[in-house]
Amino acid sequence: MSDNNAPALIGTSGDSLREAFGKALTNLADEFPKLVVLDADVAGGTGVHHFRKAHPEKFIQFGIAEQNMVAAAGGLAAVGMLPVVTGFAVFLSRAFEQTRLSIAYCRRNAKIVASHPGLDVGPDGGSAQALEDIAAFRAIPGMTVISPADPKEMELATRAMLEFEGPVYMRTGRSAAKRLFGDDHKFEIGKGQIVRDGSDVTLVACGVEVARALEAAELLETDGIDARVVNMATIKPIDAKLLKQCAAETGCMVTAEDHNIHGGLGSAVAEAVTQTHPCPIEFVGLNDTFGSSGEPDELAAHYGITAPFIAEAARRAIARKGSLQ
Amino acid sequence: MMTAVKLSTRDSAVAAAAPEIDLEAQIAEAARFVRRHTIAAIYRATSGHPGGALSCADLLACLFGAELNVWPTAANDRFRDRFVLSKGHACPALYAIGAYHGFCDKADALNLRKLGSPFQGHPHVRDLPWVETSTGSLGQGFSGALGMAMGMKLQKINARAYALLGDGELQEGEVWEAAMCAAHHKLDNLCAIIDYNKLQSDATNDAIMRLEPLADKWRAFGWTVFEIDGHNIPEILSTLHLAASTHERPSVLIAHTVKGKGVPYMEGSPAWHGSVKLTREQSVDALVALGADQHEIKELLDV
Repeated sequence: MSDNNAPALIGTSGDSLREAFGKALTNLADEFPKLVVLDADVAGGTGVHHFRKAHPEKFIQFGIAEQNMVAAAGGLAAVGMLPVVTGFAVFLSRAFEQTRLSIAYCRRNAKIVASHPGLDVGPDGGSAQALEDIAAFRAIPGMTVISPADPKEMELATRAMLEFEGPVYMRTGRSAAKRLFGDDHKFEIGKGQIVRDGSDVTLVACGVEVARALEAAELLETDGIDARVVNMATIKPIDAKLLKQCAAETGCMVTAEDHNIHGGLGSAVAEAVTQTHPCPIEFVGLNDTFGSSGEPDELAAHYGITAPFIAEAARRAIARKGSLQ
Repeated sequence: MMTAVKLSTRDSAVAAAAPEIDLEAQIAEAARFVRRHTIAAIYRATSGHPGGALSCADLLACLFGAELNVWPTAANDRFRDRFVLSKGHACPALYAIGAYHGFCDKADALNLRKLGSPFQGHPHVRDLPWVETSTGSLGQGFSGALGMAMGMKLQKINARAYALLGDGELQEGEVWEAAMCAAHHKLDNLCAIIDYNKLQSDATNDAIMRLEPLADKWRAFGWTVFEIDGHNIPEILSTLHLAASTHERPSVLIAHTVKGKGVPYMEGSPAWHGSVKLTREQSVDALVALGADQHEIKELLDV
């Protein structure tokens, strides 16, 4: 099939996390001889069409059948292959139990990479926007959960994921992502990063919300509030050491995620600090609701996860400082 | 042993080459061991699924006794065949055949479903590597075997992957996702075996969710289908041999079996699907029916 006459995929952007993932995976194929990429007829959407074109012999088509694909990935890993399962986040969630038993319980070295998470999906609407995946996959013992913030970090995370021994769930993203990091950026699984320092409040974000948290920090600066921003690209295992340090140094926190506030990044942050470093925490995310159709930025504003909402949450957190003592 | 086991026992050349080995009798003895051991383990555990373990005992005895290229001394050999018990609840039978062939200790394998024992209520590969993958959620073991078959082909490993499925298991949609996928990818190194005892947890297949026409379904999905008596050892052996010669198509053995086979009061009754508690009297009755003497019964139930 020639790609030349194919219609442009709507929403495809050279700057999206999925594109960055697909290209990084393609470039890494020769370094990982056991790598195989599994697809459920959404290669053009997940970015692995680049991989299919360059390495057709390492690309396995499973058709629209995610349960079989994920459990088969366990079998591929069992005989020594390095399977990377790709698909849309909502549809990979239907193979939750296959991920639990055939991947995680067996402790297979298999990777699950989910594009189209959260409101970032946009016009496809509420049915297509996975807002529960981080909570679900985080609850599986031994599962590593990653959500990189920009194309450069996605490239680094793709390599880190392949080098890591064990099951990983990684979120990419559909829409154009802002470039936040330069070529000197470092990524390590399990490590958060202070991407802007500050002393009044810590804004902890992952994925597309890191750019919005940085924007929120700018808004707060105009009010004379000095906000720290942490990019928490690994949600599990979470960097509890850094979070405790931030809680101690800034005295309050805001979490921001393109996900339900129940069970996602915010919950993971609260679990990490509550016992030893209790402080006011405000949670920015979907307030236990589904999404709907609209452009990603419109949806983010509508459901309250844009920079002004993060800034407002920061003001609330700061106002509550000392209330726990 | 390896050269003989891949051949049909009906082949006179085998008898000529190895006149002193009666393979069928050996396998029948292994199957009797599996059934006795299964009853004893479930009695000791005070819970377990006897019906579907007894129905697949002859199939397991044939696979481990003559078909699978697996050895306890080379359990990690990358060129070995892979066997997956997709109907994981029948694992007392798997543990028993493993013990019979030296993959684990016979007495240890009686320690079923106990805290700290690797012989869990469903097989777990991190406890017992030789079970190949963890099962217990129906449909997943079959997909796992498919992935193994696919991975071995990619690595040019000339070995086969086998999955033993229950009939009720075929109601899982994932089974048919995998059936379609295996035929599409021409996985002729994948062999499914259906323990078709016609009964599932609550009632007959027909009452719960009809499976027939079953052979037609598999044929329509692109598989080479063999229908056999799942308790006829020569027929099982020769059909496994035939299935291994299919080209560019996966193969399935629909093995007609009797749930609870070998224990008269269990045969054909869904009540013994499990998870059930066996009384001492029931266990002794079962072991007597399976030809155990008083010494063996004491050994199995008390020591």
